[in-house]
Amino acid sequence: MTKLVPTGSQTVGPYLHVGLTWLTTQDIAGTAGGRRIRVTGKLVDGDGAVVPDAIVEVWQANPMGKYAHPEDKQDKPLDDAFKGWGRCPTDKDGMFEFTTLKPGPVPGPGNSLQAPHLAITIFMRGQLKHLYTRMYFADEAENANDPVLNLVEDRARRDTLIAKKDGEGRYRWDIVLQGKNETVFLDC
Amino acid sequence: MVDVVGYRREIPGTQPAHLFPDYKSTVKRAPGKPLIQIPHTLTEVTGPLFGHNKLGPNDADLTKQCAGAPIGERMILSGRVLDGDGKPVPNTLVELWQCNSAGKYHHPVDTHDAPVDPNFTGAGRALTNDKGEYRFVTIRPGEYPWGNHYNAWRPAHIHLSLFGPSYLTRLVTQMYFPGDPLLPLDPIFNCIPDEAARNRLICNFDIETTIPQTALGYKFDIVLRGRAATPMVD
Ligand SMILES: [Fe+3]
Repeated sequence: MTKLVPTGSQTVGPYLHVGLTWLTTQDIAGTAGGRRIRVTGKLVDGDGAVVPDAIVEVWQANPMGKYAHPEDKQDKPLDDAFKGWGRCPTDKDGMFEFTTLKPGPVPGPGNSLQAPHLAITIFMRGQLKHLYTRMYFADEAENANDPVLNLVEDRARRDTLIAKKDGEGRYRWDIVLQGKNETVFLDC
Repeated sequence: MVDVVGYRREIPGTQPAHLFPDYKSTVKRAPGKPLIQIPHTLTEVTGPLFGHNKLGPNDADLTKQCAGAPIGERMILSGRVLDGDGKPVPNTLVELWQCNSAGKYHHPVDTHDAPVDPNFTGAGRALTNDKGEYRFVTIRPGEYPWGNHYNAWRPAHIHLSLFGPSYLTRLVTQMYFPGDPLLPLDPIFNCIPDEAARNRLICNFDIETTIPQTALGYKFDIVLRGRAATPMVD
């Protein structure tokens, strides 16, 4: 069968809000049952300047560790009220925030299990293609065995993917585009 | 144990690098360290799916969203969304945004001294049908100046955002018009090294979809990332 070359990526540019904020979804939990968590973060560039014109998207499993998607064939319950997707534009201080349910562990390659995580996509002016990364939770012992976290050999860099606990049900996770504390970005 | 069928990796030259100094804003915003390549897991091969419930009646017709008719040349933008094997991608969300016919965005940070059109939002969305086809009615966007370098002007373009079936098929791109003299000068268009891949960002004029006395037709097919192997049928 003929393989087609995927269409080239282009920047969202500075006017991304025109086309994208209609679907802003900061409350990922919606009407689903379960304990809410709040994830807050700041996005900064290579000079440490805040990035006020980005959009952050989240994709995640439900608390049972199941994705609301037909390719997830695991025998686990789905809640129709929980879709697992969010979108948040950063504000003038580079901040983004989501309210959601903590995802459960999901299967990884082979017989491995992945620690609970959010799959993150980031769009902004100055990026010709979006960035992929992940956010894990500091209070999960399974992080030590996570097959993706363990691909990051530098321990300090690995920690850039782990949100700190910031009060009951609250997590803080900053994204740094460049420099000493640069977040690990993924080639997916 | 859950085995997933992954997606094909990028073909060198067909996508931009993160850092492309001709486009100045990449210098402080592109990652400085190498990306970490990860295997495709259930996380990556799943992704959000959106239905018709999200869409309003005039979302795909940007000439009918306001009280009056927008100023400019009406156009029909249609095409297909295909996967990497050429198969249509049905029921997938396409988001669109653009400036008006004078080259002005409906956006507070647009300082270009050109008129806002009160009858043009510049925003649209559509779902592909069961054949992977989408269709927008809009106004041909104008060119506009930007601060990247001396006398910098963006070629006329329309921004498009797509989801496809998974986290890995997410795509944001820009569509350009045939014969635009600004294309060879535009660093964003030219960030894609491979000439054939770059030129696939240019739509085609299409007389078949042109509506007599009403609107010119343009065709633009979009290809999303393909599967590494054909998924097993269960
Ligand atoms: Fe633009």
